[in-house]
Amino acid sequence: MKRRKYALAAVAAAAALVLAGCASDGGDGGSGDGGEKPSFEAGSTMAKLQEAGKITVGTKFDQALFGLMGPSGTPEGFDVEVAKIIAEHLGLDPEEDIEWKETVSANREPFIENGTVDIVVATYTINDERKEVVSFAGPYYMAGQSILTLADDDSIKSEEDLVGKKVCSVTGSTPADNLEAIGAEPVLTDAYSKCLDPLRSGQVVAVSTDNVILAGLAAQNEGEFKVVGKPFTEEPYGIGLAKDDTDFRNWINDVLEESYEDGSYKEAWDATAGTVLPFVEPPAPDRYEN
Amino acid sequence: MDVIIANLPLYLQGFGQTLFLLVVSGVAALVLGTVVAAMRISPVATLRVIGTVYTEIVRNTPLTIVLFFCALVLPLLGSKLPYMVAALIGLAVYTSPFVAEALRSGINGVAIGQAEAARSLGLGFRQSVTLVILPQAFRMTIPPLINVFIALTKNTSVASAFFVVELFAIGSKLANNNGSAVIPILLGIAFFYLVITVPLGLIANQLERKWVVQR
Repeated sequence: MKRRKYALAAVAAAAALVLAGCASDGGDGGSGDGGEKPSFEAGSTMAKLQEAGKITVGTKFDQALFGLMGPSGTPEGFDVEVAKIIAEHLGLDPEEDIEWKETVSANREPFIENGTVDIVVATYTINDERKEVVSFAGPYYMAGQSILTLADDDSIKSEEDLVGKKVCSVTGSTPADNLEAIGAEPVLTDAYSKCLDPLRSGQVVAVSTDNVILAGLAAQNEGEFKVVGKPFTEEPYGIGLAKDDTDFRNWINDVLEESYEDGSYKEAWDATAGTVLPFVEPPAPDRYEN
Repeated sequence: MDVIIANLPLYLQGFGQTLFLLVVSGVAALVLGTVVAAMRISPVATLRVIGTVYTEIVRNTPLTIVLFFCALVLPLLGSKLPYMVAALIGLAVYTSPFVAEALRSGINGVAIGQAEAARSLGLGFRQSVTLVILPQAFRMTIPPLINVFIALTKNTSVASAFFVVELFAIGSKLANNNGSAVIPILLGIAFFYLVITVPLGLIANQLERKWVVQR
């Protein structure tokens, strides 16, 4: 019987380890820069964040143009700039008072649910399934799935040409599921940058994911690849936050609208993704009912 | 829990791939590792050196780099291997020095008198190794060898980064599609790994009791 006890203990320990990966950490941030501070209703999330003098933001660290960890030790990209705009409107210093946490597809919801991060800005597609556990401000950008091929390959013009062919994408991503749905054969890895070698060596005919990510890959490898066809899905990128924190969500939507008006949104775009992608008018925030 | 039940076919598909990776690369690593161990105890100096160099190089290279080489560098050198085969080769090569070291510790545990007795009976090197030393060494290496295979079970998950859709990759896929139940999904994945590793540990204990060399 002793042995059975050990086996149970082993199962419990393994479960604990899985969960420990999601532990959150507290900690005090520094104080703001003491400049003009907007004032918020006591008890609101905005007031709490301002009080703490710190906001924790989840973003991608491996997504060129949107959230890419640079040599400086802080991530850079459009998502990062959007988060900075939000921090600024809280009266925080965007360079000092943001704690960046890497979020990957599998941990975005748990991180929001257990308070590890305050908001997630990480090429995060809004969908109904996710709305069950988190709330979304935005959309602040409308992406769409597209196709990347070798620059000298003219055989692929749209997603219809991918049926039955091997196409590279990332494990556990919406684009990978879409490829399966249209009848292509997904070849999966953990980062889009790894998809380029199979494309070069001819083991896949294309790479497929959101057009903005493909543009980043094409830009990093000048003249080697091209983005073909029109986007065949709509991926509205939103800002994830705690479910039912409607005040906070509406406030972020206000901030987004204001950034569209005062040009800070376009400025953020031009400095990052705008270096390789044309500017498109931002979508209106969706103030959906819970 | 409902999420796991609803996606059981996918879980099982991933589990099958993981099991396949484990068994095939495990057997290959066992064969390779035995050869390397034999090289390291052989009377021929050149073989000993080759065995030692191989062990040190492969054992000290991170698995990710070994698999990266198999899946991404070999194709650039003109190989046309399917990714599954590349992963199998990478896992087998990476695991073989650990097998060899476990065996060697077992071989070193065989009393020197056994080898001398074999030689005085007129057995050659090959015969004394295959008939006298290795059978005893295998028994003594069962516990460390099982440890190696438990590690290999978990190492197979690295293949998910190199175009093989095994258990861990299925986990990422399900987590992405079921944002409201990420934790249960990951616990389900952990459970399937335990289905392999816990029995391995129990088998190790059983065999150890049954086979231990009587002194």
